[in-house]
Amino acid sequence: MTIESTEERAADVRVDLRGTPCPLNWVKTKLRLEQMKEGELLEVLLDDGDAIRNVPRSVKTEGHRIVKVTPVGGDFSLLIEKRGDG
Amino acid sequence: MQTSRGSTGCRMRASALPPWTRRLPSGNGGAKPRVEFTDDQIERYSRHIILPEVGGDGQRKLFAAKALIIGAGGLGSPAGLYLAAAGVGTIGIVDSDAVELSNLQRQVLHATSCLGRAKCLSAKDTMEALNPDVRVIPYHERLSSANALEIIAGYDVVLDGSDNFPTRYLVNDACVMARKPLCHAGILRFEGQLTTIVPGEGPCYRCLYPEPPPPGLVPSCQQAGILGVTAGVMGLLQATEAAKLILGIGEPLIGRLLLYSALDTSFRDVRVPRRPDCPVCGDSPTITKLIDYEEFCQVRWSSTDQVGGGCDCGSS
Repeated sequence: MTIESTEERAADVRVDLRGTPCPLNWVKTKLRLEQMKEGELLEVLLDDGDAIRNVPRSVKTEGHRIVKVTPVGGDFSLLIEKRGDG
Repeated sequence: MQTSRGSTGCRMRASALPPWTRRLPSGNGGAKPRVEFTDDQIERYSRHIILPEVGGDGQRKLFAAKALIIGAGGLGSPAGLYLAAAGVGTIGIVDSDAVELSNLQRQVLHATSCLGRAKCLSAKDTMEALNPDVRVIPYHERLSSANALEIIAGYDVVLDGSDNFPTRYLVNDACVMARKPLCHAGILRFEGQLTTIVPGEGPCYRCLYPEPPPPGLVPSCQQAGILGVTAGVMGLLQATEAAKLILGIGEPLIGRLLLYSALDTSFRDVRVPRRPDCPVCGDSPTITKLIDYEEFCQVRWSSTDQVGGGCDCGSS
């Protein structure tokens, strides 16, 4: 039996927040996470710059886990594991 | 099971939520209304949603909440304005008066262009212009033993911004009888008082002051004056208490009386115990019907002084 690592699991939900300014990109990320179950994965696409600097920090402060950050063209994909009950 | 995190990251379980949140329909930890926010709402309430103690769930609680404000005056104005800004979905305003020029020094819900207009309608316009998500229900009438219970029944929390003792006691008694949380404040000159009454959890207004004062003993703002900004401070503190009750966060002022003095910017906190022999919330209540104190509480002025129509002992 193989157990898929979190890093290899596909995201349960994807949200494209490119073009969404701070702090609305975090607010939308947070709202989406609120509706998910613990352990589920959310992938958000974020702009380079303030977005990729600020959002991961807010995600961690809120108690969720950053699984990985992947460059996508000039932007970034952030994979987040939801912590806490939905 | 719903959890929320404080800013330090520690979790609070729904079962540890204070009892009054279980009594507020919108504060029920078990139910999670799934209101979808529009993009405008996400932006409008973003500063609330960011707060770990609020989030989208907290904002939904505010949407679902029904708050009743007694008086659209010195206390009701800031309270109404900020509760509307916060997105409290339904806000009732009870006020039978019209806007007067002397109001505008502190009653920020009204404008010079509103002079002579019913205050509850002026309030409605200002609040709904600030936030179209909010429905304001105006009651252009005086609260009395005949209508108090019926009006209060439709709300989750009551804010007493009244300017006279008969109404103050009526609101207290009605809230105790109807088991509604009540955010009470009073102001005069440079000072303010604030307490939160949750029937069954702590003292009521009569535990603190069992009977109204003799007529003429306590002056009103009309007689003694009020620093306008002091009304603002206390009205906002009242609204803060109401928001905490709705959201189920923090420590409301239950069993405590906050005393504020503007001149030296001091806040004092006095413990107020619930009285087992309180005439309305005690173990054996002697007051089981609402009382209209108006008839016992008339201020008589000589013709050379101001004429106070009806009863104006109290403050707002």
